[in-house]
Amino acid sequence: MTAFLALVRKDLRIFFGDGRAVIMAFAAPILIGSFFGYVFGPKPVKEQSRVRVLVVDEDRSEVTRGLLANEATVEAVPTELAAAREAVRKGKAPVAIVVPKGFGEAAGQALFGAGKRPEIGVLFDPSHGVEASMVKGLLTGQVMQAVTRTGFKPDAARRAMDTAAMAPGDKAALGRLLESVEAFQTRPGSSGGGGLSVPFGMTDEAVTAGTGVAYNAYAHSFGGMAIQFMLFMGIDVGIGMLLLRQRGLWRRFRAAPLSKSVLLGSRAVSAMLVGMLILAVVFGFAFVAFDVRISGSLLGFVGVCAAFSLMTAAYGMLIAAIGKTPEAARGVAILATLLMVMLSGAWVPSFLFPRWMQGVTMAVPARWAMDGLDAMTWRGLGIEEAVLPILVLLGSAVLFGGVAVWRFRWEGE
Amino acid sequence: MLEAKNLRKAYGTLQAVSGVSLNAGLGQLIGLLGPNGAGKTTTIGMLAGLVTPDQGEVRIGGKAFGGDTSETKCLLGLVPQELALFDELSAAANLDLFGALYGLTGKRLAMERERVFGLVGLADRAKDKVDTFSGGMKRRLNLAAALMHDPQVLLLDEPTVGVDPQSRNAIFDNLEALKAAGKTLLYTTHYMEEAARLCDRIAIMDHGKVIADDTLSGLLRMAPVASFVVIDLAAAFGRMAELGGLDGVLEVSANGAALRVGVRSMVVVGPVLEWLGANGAVVEHIRTERPTLETVFLHLTGRTLRDA
Repeated sequence: MTAFLALVRKDLRIFFGDGRAVIMAFAAPILIGSFFGYVFGPKPVKEQSRVRVLVVDEDRSEVTRGLLANEATVEAVPTELAAAREAVRKGKAPVAIVVPKGFGEAAGQALFGAGKRPEIGVLFDPSHGVEASMVKGLLTGQVMQAVTRTGFKPDAARRAMDTAAMAPGDKAALGRLLESVEAFQTRPGSSGGGGLSVPFGMTDEAVTAGTGVAYNAYAHSFGGMAIQFMLFMGIDVGIGMLLLRQRGLWRRFRAAPLSKSVLLGSRAVSAMLVGMLILAVVFGFAFVAFDVRISGSLLGFVGVCAAFSLMTAAYGMLIAAIGKTPEAARGVAILATLLMVMLSGAWVPSFLFPRWMQGVTMAVPARWAMDGLDAMTWRGLGIEEAVLPILVLLGSAVLFGGVAVWRFRWEGE
Repeated sequence: MLEAKNLRKAYGTLQAVSGVSLNAGLGQLIGLLGPNGAGKTTTIGMLAGLVTPDQGEVRIGGKAFGGDTSETKCLLGLVPQELALFDELSAAANLDLFGALYGLTGKRLAMERERVFGLVGLADRAKDKVDTFSGGMKRRLNLAAALMHDPQVLLLDEPTVGVDPQSRNAIFDNLEALKAAGKTLLYTTHYMEEAARLCDRIAIMDHGKVIADDTLSGLLRMAPVASFVVIDLAAAFGRMAELGGLDGVLEVSANGAALRVGVRSMVVVGPVLEWLGANGAVVEHIRTERPTLETVFLHLTGRTLRDA
């Protein structure tokens, strides 16, 4: 036990004696977690960024005037076609819409099934597909409202009907419809007609830990970054063990009357302790600075943290066992870690992944850690939701540790 | 105290050690001399219980190793070839750690630390981090770390590599003090001067085998020449083959105007000088050299230690 404790103490002294390692382990996840939490979290309306949309209105009709002007999420900027195309190409604006000449009239006719439907051109930056889709949705509603508002005005409607290529019977039927509309619009107390509008509204409710409890994006981002930097610490554990071998220290340890379980176990315990401390400090900061709460089971949260810390330690052992030299192991380990972090959903939520990839991520232990931490923090779930992540993480630790013991070169120089 | 019988170890198709047997008693310092790759480190590994021999047996104090946690390991101290220290920790923290690996705690640990610091002369640097030490100081601390548990047998794997002469002498003094205290030391090196200075007996290794094992004087007797005569001439001399054919002359080599003549006995020197004078060579200076372990190694293997 004396040797075991001495080895653990040595690891902790070396870790805390290395300022850069401490900064990387504690400050980096806090900084990056704060950044992601701020960027991806809900913000007050005044802080929300509006999508800049260039509007090329070549029609300048009553229908097209003021398109997108009153949308809170959009900043509509009138411009010319050439300038709009150039701005989108250079990435200065994500989307531009081009309303061709004669759009309003053609749309009025198409409303009644007469004539060809006119088209609005949408120029968009391929890296901003989401914004383009949003603008299309907004346009659909706004154009529909503007066209119907204008189209149902009797004089405009009659003019459209007269110029449209319609069968005489259809014109007569449409004429009767317009007379009814005119009578409706000119009845006492009428507002004069505002066109068709979307016949429903929507109520949003973020389903979180409880009623009235807002989603706290920092809970997810701090969890994700803690996972990422703990895995990086796992790399350091593995590389450190390879360096022990390179520096002859392994020979010295092996010359002492120590079992393999003491040699590997002490390193695993010290790594686990550092991992737990990273989680404690990172979530402690999030608690104080960003009001992150363990809304679910505290026991479940501690369990997930402990299981993930153990898995990280075993991951470090695995790197030490498989890596031949520190230099060779470092590159592969960083790649493997970044892949694991990426697939865990720590950077971007896993629901954005293709369906097949979401299935793949279930084989990634870090994904279970992420889900477990989310469940115990902002989702506010009970310990029963932590059991499976804990078991998967412990199983991964056993698997990694087993392979590490099996493949570890005890005698190798 | 240290006994190895017929040790063999292969790595794949490479036979690293092939039938090595060694013995060292109390207060003896045995040298294991050989070029890089001769199998010295693998032999040390087997003696220290780090490498399991394919064949053969190691006994320390009459006891064989019995697994990783064998008590026999406590009789043994290993000084690895590398500076096996934690640069990030202080010298004292390093010694405390290596003492704790052998179960030392509390007052006993502090006492041993003081003793060992005193032996290697680093007591005044105990609290300093190792990365502030010079190469020689690190080597001394490397030795100290192996002495914390006061082992009876000390295995030293090239302990003076990269050390300045002053620190090397300090290490030699430490080793002689340990020897005088009755410790058994096994010392690998490829520096024949070190082996010649320190060792009671020297085993010469090459290609995984011990090709000679004797005292220094015993080994030197294996040399084919009794002495070398180095003769500086006024000008280069070309009739080497004729010189080599003289009675009692065993080998001749030239380096510019300097001749190096290996002779069976010193009585040959007179006739050699007379022959040179008679054949037009002007002798400016003459000196003699004893054969060295290098000579013995060359004789036994056909190569020099540096070439091997």
